[in-house]
Order: sequence, then C-alpha cells, then structure tokens
Amino acid sequence: MSSSSQVTESWISSFCGLLGHEYFAEVSEDFIEDDFNLTGLQSQVPMYKEALEMILDVEPEDDEDEEDEEEEEEEDDEVLGDERPAGYRRTSDRRHLRIASDLSVIEGSAELLYGLIHQRYITSRPGIQQMTEKYELQHFGTCPRVNCNSCKVLPVGLNDIPGQETVKLFCPSCLDVYTPPNSRFQSVDGAFFGTTFPSLFFMTFTDLDIGGVRPASTGAADALAAVHSAAAPDGKSRNNPTPPNLITSINGVAPHNLAPGLGPGNIYEPRIYGFRVSERARSGPRMKWLRMRPTDVTELDETRRYWEEHDGEDGTRPDDDDMNMVDVAEGKGVRRKIIGRRRRANGSAATGAGGGGGVSPMDTNGVAAAG
Amino acid sequence: MDDFNSDTDSDYTSYWRDWFISSRGNEYFCEIDEEYLTDRFNLTGLNTEVQYYQYALDLVTDVFDLDCDDEMREQIEKSARHLYGLVHARYIVTTRGLAKMLEKFKKSDFGKCPRVMCDSQPLLPMGQSDVANTTPVKLYCARCEDLYNPKSSRHAVIDGAYFGTSFHNILFQVYPAMSPAKSQRRYEPRVFGFKVHAAAALGRWQTDERERMKERLKGARVETGFEAEDEELEDEEEDEEMEGDGFEGAAVAQ
Repeated sequence: MSSSSQVTESWISSFCGLLGHEYFAEVSEDFIEDDFNLTGLQSQVPMYKEALEMILDVEPEDDEDEEDEEEEEEEDDEVLGDERPAGYRRTSDRRHLRIASDLSVIEGSAELLYGLIHQRYITSRPGIQQMTEKYELQHFGTCPRVNCNSCKVLPVGLNDIPGQETVKLFCPSCLDVYTPPNSRFQSVDGAFFGTTFPSLFFMTFTDLDIGGVRPASTGAADALAAVHSAAAPDGKSRNNPTPPNLITSINGVAPHNLAPGLGPGNIYEPRIYGFRVSERARSGPRMKWLRMRPTDVTELDETRRYWEEHDGEDGTRPDDDDMNMVDVAEGKGVRRKIIGRRRRANGSAATGAGGGGGVSPMDTNGVAAAG
Repeated sequence: MDDFNSDTDSDYTSYWRDWFISSRGNEYFCEIDEEYLTDRFNLTGLNTEVQYYQYALDLVTDVFDLDCDDEMREQIEKSARHLYGLVHARYIVTTRGLAKMLEKFKKSDFGKCPRVMCDSQPLLPMGQSDVANTTPVKLYCARCEDLYNPKSSRHAVIDGAYFGTSFHNILFQVYPAMSPAKSQRRYEPRVFGFKVHAAAALGRWQTDERERMKERLKGARVETGFEAEDEELEDEEEDEEMEGDGFEGAAVAQ
C-alpha cells in the first residue's frame, strides 16, 4: 500500500527491534486493519487516528477523510503520485508542521495503541502461534528458580489496564511470576501482554513438555518421592480408584505438566550442619506450602472428593463422567468397574450412565449436568 | 603497604584480599580478617584440599615472595582463590563474619528476589553442597524460602561451597529480627478474568496445607511469622463478596 514501508523498515518491525522490546511479537497488518480487533481502543488512546496511521505506516491525510472511506483511498493514491494539486500540497505541508510538533505525542500514542493491540493479538490464533516460536527459541528466558530447572517462561501482565505494572514472567513449572532479570524490561508495560496470555498459551498447547531440563542427578529425588508416596498412609490414596500412572489429565492438565517444578524433591529444606531446621524454630521454614504438590494428583479432583465425602446424603450426585475431573487412558474400564463396585457397596441409587465420553478435554466441565 | 611488597610483582603481592573482593564477579565475598586467616586452627584440613597450599596461603596473607614462572604463578593464584573461598565458608558463620555478611545483605549486595510477590526481598548466597566443585552458588530468599539462580553469569560460576549449606540459615537463627514477615499473597493464573481450574485447585490444596501448618504452630504456641495484613486481606475479600447483596444485607450480616 504505502511505498515507504517497502523502502524503509516498517514501524512495527522497528518498534519490535528496539532494545527492551524483545518480548513483543510483530502484529500482522491484517489484524490491525480489521476494525473489529480495535473495538474500544479509540477511547483509551489519545490521537488514536494518527497513532494508528503511524503503526501502519500510512501517510497522514486530511481530517475530512475520516468521513469518506472511498475518498480517502483516492487521495491516498494521490499522495503517492508525483503530481499533486497545489492546494493539496499546501494543506499537506501545514499538516506536516503540526505533526512535527506533535510527533513525540503521537509516537507515545502509537506505542500505547500497539501494546493494546498486541495484548489482543497474542491471544488470537496467529498471534499465539507466533509467540510459540518465540517461546521455543527461549526469547523470554527461563525461570530463575533452581528447582524449575531452567523451565521456559512467558511474559505476563498483572493488570490489563496500561500504566499499572511492568511486564513479568510466568513460569508454568512453579505457577509463579518473576521480574525479568534485565532492567531494560522494567520500562515495558505489563498490560501490553495481558493477564490472560500465558495461561491461555498452556491451555492451547497442552502437548508441550513444560518441565524444563532435568539434570541427570534427580534420580535420587525421584526415588525419594517414590518412597514418600509408597510410605504415605493409605488414608489418602484409599479413595483413589485409578493408579496414578493411568491418569492422562487432572483438572484438564496432563499430570506431568501440572506444576512439574513443585512437590516432593523440589521443596527447599533448610539445614544447619546437615540438620533440618525445625518448623517450630522462630526463623524456621513457613513457606513450604507454596511449593507443595500432592504426590497423588487425584487429590486435586475436588468434585470427586466432595461427592465421596458426601456420598448417599442426597440424590443429586452427578454421574461418573461429569463427576470425574480425571481422564484415564486405557484403564478406563477398570476404573469404572471399581467405582461401580464401591458405589454399590455404599448403596447409592445413581446409575453408571456416562455414555462413551472418551478422553475429550470437554469432560472436565464438572457438576453442571447433575442427575 | 610497602611492607607487603616483595621485589617480584606488586600486582600480586599488595593486599591480595582487597584486590580479590573488589574484583568483578567477587561481589558476594566479604573480607576475611587477617587474624582469622593466620590462626592455623581455622584452616584445619584445608591443606589436603588446596594445591600449593602454603604458597596460596602466603599469597592470601600478602607474604608471598617466591620467584617462579608465570605458569606456576597462575597455578598458585588459582589455588589462592580456592583457598580463600573455602576459608570464606568457615569465616562467614563466625560472629564477625555473620556481621559482615549481614551488612552486605542489608545493602542488597547479593541481589533481590526475582519473585514478584516477594517485593524485592534481599537475597543471601548459599551452596547446595559443602563439598567443593559440586554446584555453583545459589541465592536464598528468606521471604519465600526458595533458591534462585544468580542473574549474572559471572556469579553463576562461583562455587557454592564457598558459602556453604548452613550460613544463610545460621544468619537468621542469630539475627531472627532480620527474618522477613512471610506473605500469603500468591499469583493466581487467570484467563479472561477466570481462574484457571488446575492451578486454582492446586492453590486451594496448598492453602489447606498452609492452614494445617498454622494450626500445628498454634498448637505448639509458636508465632507463625506471617504478615498481619494477610488476615485483613482475607477479611476484605469476604467483604467484597458481601457487597453484592447491597448495603442493608451487608450491615445485617455483620
């Protein structure tokens, strides 16, 4: 459209190339040109039209052009042409003078507008795809936490309103947020990435192995975890009808992707000369809960636990498939049988309806369809 | 100063420790007292850990005056740094050493916790092993009680054994007042304003664990050490939920 964008670098790519803007994806012009994607931004950004023109590298036009789209296109062509009417040139010069004085204001507006569009773009299909490539190339860095084993992180905002917080990094391995290590990111607004993006990203790409690089020496920790789980009194696992290795999804997440950096073996144990510091010491450990994760992930299936605790109290118990937030691969039949047996023992009236729900992630809708 | 200069190379012989702790990448180290270094008892067993032990010790204590080639000097220099590190691990758990490290901690010389909810809590250096050449130095945050990798690669190559596994815990035993109030605030992953179920379920489970711990501590009559404002925060949340019922409803409920 505009010849200038072919000659020089486009505004978008030069913006994304700036120091400290390494986290930004280049929003496609198609996305920006679709007015639907810009809904509501006009009221948030001063000098909206000029800012939008700057982002798209469109030559500035007369104000009247707003009224008539067709005219705008025609004049656009005229701007590019060598021959221009004398009158037009004069107004255009005047405009350029005004723009020169306002340029810094418009530049600021353009950055704000681009950031807000960017927040929406990275949750769209092409945008999230673009961010995947940046994620794979480790453009956002890794988690600083030792037990996360350099797990790749994603940028996140703690607020969707601009001007509140700077950009942070979300680690899927410990489900926590961190300040970027380099201070140059402390001038980047978190709202330009938004609160939704990282969580939506990992909900979209469920096949990603987010665990980070496990050092070879974790064998001991794993063995310890295994001992812990074996030694755990039956009280906790008694209610669990499914062997943990058969579970493919808990609350909509594969167990190996549910906070892999947390749980036994990944919690720091303070020691003095080899002796653990007691919880009861005045400066003893108090924050282990933050890095805990049940050895048996089915403990997190709150719906099923609720109904097991309240079994037989009333007749509103949902059927199997609605109740279970756990998806099981091959052993589904086995699990059904066990549940059925236990339920019969409890004298519940509910029937094991279900009806071939399979392992669709849509299974995870909980109690909505109570019988 | 001239007293310590030998006729070889002034760079190596004038106040080696000053040079060492002020050189780039060694910001985590504090200066070990001359008296501590010269007391043989404090160095027990290190002669088997360090090559050219005697020369290295001479270099560290600024009495090195051996004529040797550059290669040898480099070896001794390397040994001196190793020796300093190993003595450092012992020194920083002494009363004087703790005090020096506390000053550095107060100045945030070891950096600040990268975790957002820790509000720039100063960190302390630590090792995951007391044996040399096992793991590089890590940073301990007393607020979230977790370990982090140093931001800078020049710190990531320092041996963790130069700080040891006990120092940071001893510091808070000796100066319990320096232990920061723990925060219950946490990050809740959200998508379009809705909590992400898997993360939220894990969060609720962790909250239960925390409350169980608080009960245990209450039973043992030990202070939990959590911020006072946390309780208020929870009350506020409840208030917000109540506001939906309108003013009258809220007033009646209270």
